[in-house]
Amino acid sequence: MTDAPLVQLKNIGKEFANGVVALEELNLTIHAGEFLSLLGPSGCGKSTALRLIADLSTPTQGQIEWHQGHDARQTLGFVFQDSTLMPWTSVYNNVWLPLRLAGVSRSQADYRIHEVLDLVGLRAFESAYPGELSGGMKMRASIARALIQRPQLLLMDEPFAALDEITRLKLNNDLLQLKAELAMTIVFVTHSVYESVYLSNRIAVFTSRPGRIVRLIDIDAPYPRDLSFRHSELYAKSCQDASEALQSAMSEQDHL
Amino acid sequence: MARATPPSRAQRFYALARDWLIHSALPLLVFLASLAVWEGLVWVKSIPPYLLPAPSRIATTLIADWDTLSASLYVTLRITFAALFAAMFGGVGLAIVFTQWKWAERSFFPFAVILQVTPIVAIAPLLLVYLDSTLAVLTCAFLVAFFPILSNTALGLASADRHLVDLFQLYRASRWQQLIWLRLPAALPYFLGGLRIGGGLALIGAIVAEIAAGSAGQGAGLAFRIVESGYRLNIPRMFAALVLISITGILIFLFFTLLSHLLLGRWHESARKTES
Ligand SMILES: Nc1ncnc2c1ncn2[C@@H]1O[C@H](COP(=O)(O)OP(=O)(O)O)[C@@H](O)[C@H]1O
Ligand SMILES: [Mg+2]
Repeated sequence: MTDAPLVQLKNIGKEFANGVVALEELNLTIHAGEFLSLLGPSGCGKSTALRLIADLSTPTQGQIEWHQGHDARQTLGFVFQDSTLMPWTSVYNNVWLPLRLAGVSRSQADYRIHEVLDLVGLRAFESAYPGELSGGMKMRASIARALIQRPQLLLMDEPFAALDEITRLKLNNDLLQLKAELAMTIVFVTHSVYESVYLSNRIAVFTSRPGRIVRLIDIDAPYPRDLSFRHSELYAKSCQDASEALQSAMSEQDHL
Repeated sequence: MARATPPSRAQRFYALARDWLIHSALPLLVFLASLAVWEGLVWVKSIPPYLLPAPSRIATTLIADWDTLSASLYVTLRITFAALFAAMFGGVGLAIVFTQWKWAERSFFPFAVILQVTPIVAIAPLLLVYLDSTLAVLTCAFLVAFFPILSNTALGLASADRHLVDLFQLYRASRWQQLIWLRLPAALPYFLGGLRIGGGLALIGAIVAEIAAGSAGQGAGLAFRIVESGYRLNIPRMFAALVLISITGILIFLFFTLLSHLLLGRWHESARKTES
């Protein structure tokens, strides 16, 4: 783990054309190699923050600074909540897409495609169509697609929120393993306290709209993590910390 | 991640045949029964054929007059499909132009709507002033088939998944890459829906316009045969021509339904069978 900053969000504000202020004075430094979770109530601007980092949207205030050259920014991977696969074509072609758009032919891409399909355990399903896969397998395909450009930074927007509990736990473990193998930085949006504690080094807790970070919680447990971590005292304490931070962030605004 | 073995080809065929029997045998039986009642009624009440011909009489007329009728059928089919092809290329082309350049949509969409809402029978006489009758009929059929293809395809092109659009933007896809790899495939089900409606309408347009034109001579289609048989009180032939039109309409519909299933079968909900 390094502490070198990869991206810095400085005083970010985002106001949409319809007047909704999604983010206000958001300050956040993402360090190279970390697993950072963004935790907050639904509608607090987590997706907006992720889209800003991915340059899918521009901030109305503040700036985003990239520190480690252009590479991380050019190749970043994005995983959406729903797997967002093209339903009209095979898993193989879906995973090929980022390279295909960059002009890489099928034969040139073939090795990489098989490599990432192996990583997510979908090699046997390369010619299946998304509609023929389970929710968990679709998400794996979506992750494979995000990994094909060997991103330094992987952004994930509540990727497992729609999955059943067992599949989610399995994918949590697989994700940690992938991160260890590929030495990526991951920014992971979730509204589950347990998921954020289990996965991350650091949790950024958001207030309700307009979103701001109210607390940063370090989880000082080593990787690899497994079931024993879920039963540890540190886990219980971190969950309690994060829950309390979330509670106070929500009541502070007395929104509901 | 074990999966149940997929059904074998034979099993699938058997299931399909059984489905077909259940779904098609009953309506077919009802249809045949109503023909029998019709036939019986005509015989029992001895209704003369110039009032109401029996189905058997219509069938014999169809065979006896096949030379004339098939020539007319050919004319009608040619016009219908020429119009449909033109509407297909025109509709898809214009839909693409509309999605790529918003100002084009704003400028030309009103024309498309005006042409759509004006009844075709009202335009036909006007077109006959400017065009020769075959071309006028073709234009009418084109106009009615064009709009559903255009509006469906435009809707399809605009309704690509929002997150997929984000994804293409993330990977810096050009507008044309986005069109070819994302918007066109996403629009396919809508386009096929438009084509199915347009196919039926092209036939209707061709018939209505021909009746309005009342053209004779080399370009006599099925509609003209109906009008002509009416004047001559040849009612069996009138029915025979009508039967041919209906069958053509049904075949066009079935063809496009089948095409949809073939093209969308593996991915689109509309073409996937719900499991029972
Ligand atoms: N394109 C947009 N236009 C207007 N408002 C938006 C847009 N996108 C998101 N919002 C609003 O901004 C707020 C934050 O949204 P989002 O970032 O999706 O929240 P989260 O991901 O934390 O649930 C919400 O109130 C949402 O309605
Ligand atoms: Mg969200």
